[in-house]
Amino acid sequence: MIEFANVSKTYGHTADAPKALDDVSLRIGSGELVVLIGGSGSGKSTLLKMINRMEQPDTGTVALDGQDMVHMPLRELRLRMGYVIQSVGLFPHWTVARNIGVVPTMLGWKPERIAARVTELLSLFDLDPTTYGPRYPHQLSGGQQQRVGVARALAGDPEVLLMDEPFGALDPLIRTALQDEVKRIHQASGKTIVMVTHDIDEALRLGTQIVLLEQGRIVQVGSPLALLSQPANKQVADFIGRSDVGIKLLSLQSAGSLARVEAPQSTPFLPASASLREAVSTLALHGCQSLNLLDDTGAHAGVLHATDLFNRRHTGSLPLSDDQGQHA
Amino acid sequence: MRVAPNRLVSGEAVSFFDLLQGSAWGLAVLLIGLLLLSLAPPRRICLWLTVVAATVLAVGLGIQAANHATQVVQASTPFARTALGSGLWLVWLLLGLVLADALQALRAGTLARLGVATAVLLPLGLMLVSGGADELSIMKEYANRSDEYWGVIARHCQIVALALLFTLAIGLPLGWATHRYVRVGRAMFPLLNIVQTIPSIALFGLLMAPLAWLAASWPALGRAGISGVGLAPGVLALTLYSLLPVVRGTLAGLAQVPSAVTQAAQGLGFSPAQLFWQAQVPLALPVVLSGVRIASIQAVGLAAVTALIGAGGLGSLMFEGLFSSAQDLVLLGVVPIVALGVLVDGVFKLLIARTRPATPNMESAH
Ligand SMILES: Nc1ncnc2c1ncn2[C@@H]1O[C@H](COP(=O)(O)OP(=O)(O)O)[C@@H](O)[C@H]1O
Ligand SMILES: [Mg+2]
Repeated sequence: MIEFANVSKTYGHTADAPKALDDVSLRIGSGELVVLIGGSGSGKSTLLKMINRMEQPDTGTVALDGQDMVHMPLRELRLRMGYVIQSVGLFPHWTVARNIGVVPTMLGWKPERIAARVTELLSLFDLDPTTYGPRYPHQLSGGQQQRVGVARALAGDPEVLLMDEPFGALDPLIRTALQDEVKRIHQASGKTIVMVTHDIDEALRLGTQIVLLEQGRIVQVGSPLALLSQPANKQVADFIGRSDVGIKLLSLQSAGSLARVEAPQSTPFLPASASLREAVSTLALHGCQSLNLLDDTGAHAGVLHATDLFNRRHTGSLPLSDDQGQHA
Repeated sequence: MRVAPNRLVSGEAVSFFDLLQGSAWGLAVLLIGLLLLSLAPPRRICLWLTVVAATVLAVGLGIQAANHATQVVQASTPFARTALGSGLWLVWLLLGLVLADALQALRAGTLARLGVATAVLLPLGLMLVSGGADELSIMKEYANRSDEYWGVIARHCQIVALALLFTLAIGLPLGWATHRYVRVGRAMFPLLNIVQTIPSIALFGLLMAPLAWLAASWPALGRAGISGVGLAPGVLALTLYSLLPVVRGTLAGLAQVPSAVTQAAQGLGFSPAQLFWQAQVPLALPVVLSGVRIASIQAVGLAAVTALIGAGGLGSLMFEGLFSSAQDLVLLGVVPIVALGVLVDGVFKLLIARTRPATPNMESAH
């Protein structure tokens, strides 16, 4: 568990310098995937860097598993945490394989084990090990470099993974694929992951907890659902985007959750694991009132009715307050 | 060329056209060919023809000049002096430029360049060794001094090597410090800049007094070779001159290591030593070496001036020649200095190219 207690930080010494972090207190439980989000300059990177002590708080403490980090040996601390910096920062004079193997090397792994780990990670990120392992970073596309950056951070099998806008500057298709990959890694490994983004959709897709920052202060912490359904104030609502809150909420819920136990109908099919947002899209596309749902094995898993989608009794979490109702 | 009855008179000019007979016509044809080639479109074939023509011409002119010198001696008095004319030196210089330019345009690799250099220098060198050029005035000067000549060259190299050794020992840490602590740079650079602007002779003068005083105050230092004249002030002055390019190069090299790389390294748990040796040094090396290259070439040239305070080296021949108006003695000192400079330049270029594949700049062209 990572715990921030009343942390403040100002860069520079001038009196009028704005606070990068202003009295931040935050608990990050083990195994969470916490997304830090906020506008540019809101302190996301600073907060993230305090977790591996790339930055020090001016006041307040950051504790790891109950122990104040100031008292921990710096190198061991960092070797226990994977870190993906905002601008990737691959070592340009090393091959991709050596870049990925750097932390295992420092941890003193045997060469065969390092090679196996590098191969495993390259494959995991859809990069052919024999093709890309021997290449140099400048011979990769921006997206490939970012994937290698994440692979490098994961290589030492760290307890905590810190990522600063790891998927910035990627085209949407690759971005979605990588988001799925991170989500899969998180679910499979149970690692604590803290990532920074400025993309609200990415935050909603990935986060188990979302931390919204503004001018160095935490505005709201909560699950994606909580953020969408109970925005703490007008700014949060603005940030999430008023016009499509409904759609975003639908994307948090699976189609299977509204399935009625009925025999298959002569309507289009949809995986039960797809989101309600995809269900709406499919319904609109085919101009129909219901969808047959399929489970992972392709077997029938009930029927989804359009009327249930727009019925507040079922999607009980839709909490349109009067304020939002007027604007929506 | 110039032919004179003896060493002291400047002699009469002999033009290339006076020597146009027999095989010399071939050289004239080559010269015209080279002129025409310069107008041709820059295709590979034309460029290679240019390289071949320039190579043959450079070698041929040297052999022609040496032969003529031999003829003159056989025909007239044995004291006659045949010197290479300024025109020939100029043509050689131009041919060198033509070769460099053509090879550049051809994107010739190191091997091809070495090959061309060998093709030019080997025949001329063989001629010198075999005695074919012994009747040229410059070779006569060499014959007069052949005992000490190689010692003089070695001394020159010694001065340069010592100065570079001290420069690196001081300059590299200083460059690192200027990178690490902004204040050091603020204090250092004005000082080094001032040193660079002091004329070399004045700097020697400035150094003579304190060093003489040191030697007088601590006789042990004097016995160790530290004195107002000789090697010590020469090496010291050269070191001071060489510091600026080395410190600059080191600073620039370290500064161009991307901050993303250092940040990533720190964040991943590199120790300060690992960060330095595994990331900063290899990434800064090509730029640092560029600074050392400039310092070295500069030192090779400036070392000539240290002869004035008795440090010896090729400068001693040069100045002796100047003071006794023996042009060829001057050349005997200058030619190896130029050759050393070119050699040092080549070696460093090679080193820099070898260290560069590590960084993206090299292969990003494809
Ligand atoms: N190294 C630094 N030196 C000075 N100011 C900085 C530095 N890093 C960040 N800041 C300032 O601190 C504030 C927060 O920065 P940062 O945490 O990087 O924000 P974000 O990642 O949310 O864009 C900004 O106002 C930024 O200008
Ligand atoms: Mg940032």
